Amino acid sequence: MSEDAPKPLFLERATYRKRRMGDAARLLPVLGIVLLALPMLWSSQAGDGILTTRVMGYIFGVWIMLAVLGAALQAYLAPDDRKADSSKDE
Amino acid sequence: MVTLNMLVLVSLLYVALLFAVAFGADRAALRGRGRWLRSPLIYTLSLSIYCTAWTFYGAVGFAARSGLEYLTIYLGPSLVMVGWWWALRKMVRIGRSQRITSIADLISSRYGKSNLLAVLVTVLAVIGATPYIALQLQSVALSFSAFAQNDPGSELPSIESTALWVAIGLALFTVLFGTRNLNANERHHGVVMAIALEAVVKLFALLAVGVFVVWGLAGGIGETLARIDQSKIATWDVPSSRWVGLTMLSAAAFLCLPRMFQVMVVENEDESHLRTASWAFPAYLMLISLFVVPIAAVGLDLMPSDANPDLFVLTLPLQEGRDGLAILSFLGGFSSATSMVIVAAIALSTMLSNHIVMPIWLRATGGSAVVSGDVRQVALLARRLSIVGVVLLGYVYFRMSGGGAALAAMGLVSFAGVAQFLPAMMGGIFWRGATRSGALVGLLVGSSVWLYCLFLPSFGPSALMPQDVFDQGLWGMSWLRPYALFWTEGMDPLVHAVMWSMLLNMAAFIGVSLISFPTPLERLQGAQFVNVFQHSATTGGWSGGLAQSEDLLIMSQRIMGASEAQQFFAKAARRQGLPGYLPEPSTDFLQQLERELSGSVGGATAHAMVSQIVGGATVSVQDLMAVADETAQIMEYSSQLETKSQELTRTARQLRNANDKLTQMSEQKDTFLSQISHELRTPMTSLRAFSEILRDTDDLTAAEQDKYATIIHGEALRLTRLLDDLLDLSVLENGQVILNVEHGTLRQVLDRCVSVSGGDARNMVIRRNHEAEDVMLHTDLDRLSQVFINLISNARKYCDADEPVVTIRTTSEGDDLLIDFTDNGSGVPTDQQSVIFEKFTRVGQNEARGAGLGLSICREIMARLGGSITYLPGQSGASFRVRLPVAMKMAAQ
Repeated sequence: MSEDAPKPLFLERATYRKRRMGDAARLLPVLGIVLLALPMLWSSQAGDGILTTRVMGYIFGVWIMLAVLGAALQAYLAPDDRKADSSKDE
Repeated sequence: MVTLNMLVLVSLLYVALLFAVAFGADRAALRGRGRWLRSPLIYTLSLSIYCTAWTFYGAVGFAARSGLEYLTIYLGPSLVMVGWWWALRKMVRIGRSQRITSIADLISSRYGKSNLLAVLVTVLAVIGATPYIALQLQSVALSFSAFAQNDPGSELPSIESTALWVAIGLALFTVLFGTRNLNANERHHGVVMAIALEAVVKLFALLAVGVFVVWGLAGGIGETLARIDQSKIATWDVPSSRWVGLTMLSAAAFLCLPRMFQVMVVENEDESHLRTASWAFPAYLMLISLFVVPIAAVGLDLMPSDANPDLFVLTLPLQEGRDGLAILSFLGGFSSATSMVIVAAIALSTMLSNHIVMPIWLRATGGSAVVSGDVRQVALLARRLSIVGVVLLGYVYFRMSGGGAALAAMGLVSFAGVAQFLPAMMGGIFWRGATRSGALVGLLVGSSVWLYCLFLPSFGPSALMPQDVFDQGLWGMSWLRPYALFWTEGMDPLVHAVMWSMLLNMAAFIGVSLISFPTPLERLQGAQFVNVFQHSATTGGWSGGLAQSEDLLIMSQRIMGASEAQQFFAKAARRQGLPGYLPEPSTDFLQQLERELSGSVGGATAHAMVSQIVGGATVSVQDLMAVADETAQIMEYSSQLETKSQELTRTARQLRNANDKLTQMSEQKDTFLSQISHELRTPMTSLRAFSEILRDTDDLTAAEQDKYATIIHGEALRLTRLLDDLLDLSVLENGQVILNVEHGTLRQVLDRCVSVSGGDARNMVIRRNHEAEDVMLHTDLDRLSQVFINLISNARKYCDADEPVVTIRTTSEGDDLLIDFTDNGSGVPTDQQSVIFEKFTRVGQNEARGAGLGLSICREIMARLGGSITYLPGQSGASFRVRLPVAMKMAAQ
């Protein structure tokens, strides 16, 4: 193991995970767009339309999920020394 | 029962609270305390100015009319915030590193600081924001009147006068806290704190009303849902085009609204706040819109059918007699309206004063701002007047439009207007190929379509646009109908206008960008914007006051010299009435300093240096380019000097060489003259002496006569030869020689020469390589022989070896034929080598015959033949190289 080894091709586990979470954060709006576009494709069997309450429940559910996922990802990705240290223990 | 007076009192108290909060926050920030002022929470809350009175009151009305469609207005921004990594992060970074003051500034800076673009963006922003401000004034006025209806005892002030008082109050607040400092880039801590407080108030109010409606009126969640299912908005029937179109529109407007840009980018304290806001703001929007549908459904159920659904938030508690809740709700709406007006006024006034008022003022005063030094006051005044103007404009619009339902529709129209900035802005920060012309044309096209298809028709048929334009299209062209552009009939007017304006905007922007060429400044700015993450660390804060003066002094000492700089600074400090060496860095002083420095380092450099220290800002590209120009000029000048001096040195060396040569030649000439006179004189003396003997002596024997006559003949021949040589040289030098070109091999020529010059006689050995000499020549062979004979006889004369040997070596170099004549003597001394080919040169002091013309003649001959003869140093003895060019060698082969 030489001291001045070039940048490794493969990252250690924690860094790798962090990068993938970065990807996830970037893709979150895409997920949101797809999920929020979904109600447009719904149709009721009876022909009298989907109930507003059901769609509302779905959309607010997606909304909350986006916020929670976003918060979780940002907390994980925040540049925090404490996290960087503890990540070795995983 | 709430009386109107009580309501006024509550509003005044609330405004007083806002003043106190803003004032306190400003004070705390000034003292450097109040870290909490810069927390991500405050940043997130300040973003909530997105939710205006249009949200607070209008969302319920929107939902009452078209169900869940209102959600699009909040889903768009939520998606933008969740995807902050893509666009917002870059916008904020650019805004911070380039000290951007408004969205007009961002677009104009990106496209080479084009003021034309800035003016266009500003005008569009004002057009878009004015109805919106009017809407806020209207909503406050309407909420007052809602209370008034419940309080028949009090005299009802007209809606107009209420709106006027609100407008005046808002303008006052904004002027007080929005223009405390000139630097538009500096954070307005007071204002941000106030709107953060208002964000909490409006969220709390709306949630409170929602909770009251769900649990107080409907009787629980299940009951509420049942009521929704029974209401007229029970089914999900939002057209897909509007669902997608409005979400995209609100997302675009969220990025482009001047007031959003103000809080999101300009007031941003720390990039990492975006991280928090990325999830916290969607959560805020979710909470704000959570109870909208229940309130709408219950309102539709409980309120009389002619009630304005836009005011359900207020009228539901009022009708149920919940005065406290009604006042809270009123305050929520009031907060939404005021915070929007305040921030919009700040954002628009910055744009108006920076891009319209100031340029005009500077031009009007003949651009003397640099000299007069009171720009600061003028700029502040311009900004204050702009604030008053913007709010007043909103009020005038409110009065003109009559405050009808038309105004309610203006929210989305306004969104579509500002969304026109999106292509130029996003293109500008992601695509280096975007040009100013493209942005300009795109904006013009997009805003024209918006004006024609949405803004003007929004006033209703026959208001600003004649009815037949709606029916038949402009000038009777059916494809130009405002609601059916290019025959796209049957579309929702809003979606139609948004689609066409954005499509044409983007097409024009991209198309013109592709075919136009950016100016250097544009290209520089483009690179800086697009690659902002590569060369910008987050910029630090400002350091103020004397620290700057000290930095300036340090810099000036380096440039002006220590004592001069200190004197200059001390004098300035005395003028300002300060002791010591450090004056306040006032505009006046900085200008003087800059002028003083520009004497040493040039104007642009001085400006850049001073602004770097004082502005705290990065040096503008224009400054840098001016510096580069100056530097380039200096470098060019110095390189010219260097070239000249090199040339001079070279010339001097050549002159010195020429002089040396001349001196040498003059000496040679002297030597020659004495030589030639001696050479001529010796035979002449013999001629005279022997001819006198022949004439005067009678008794000469025949043998004696013969002997003397032979001597005379010999001497005469010698004289003739000498004169012949001189004549030959003169002919050659004047170029009058006629060449007699023949064919022959080199070997034949050399054979003849060797035999003529005496062959191998007198112990001199001539070494040759006959095979190499079998080369056909095509030249004047007689002249060539003359050269060879001369060289061989020179060797014979001057070679001082005991057993003289001459080597004739024939080689070829490239296409040239080289014939070297090398003897084994001591050679020609180095100092003589350069002159042996000169006329009248005779090497050494030996008693050799000849007048020193031989090699001169050889050189001239070879020059005529197109070749050359040179002395070849470094051989075993004297060595001459004859070079014959290819034409003479090849021709006969």
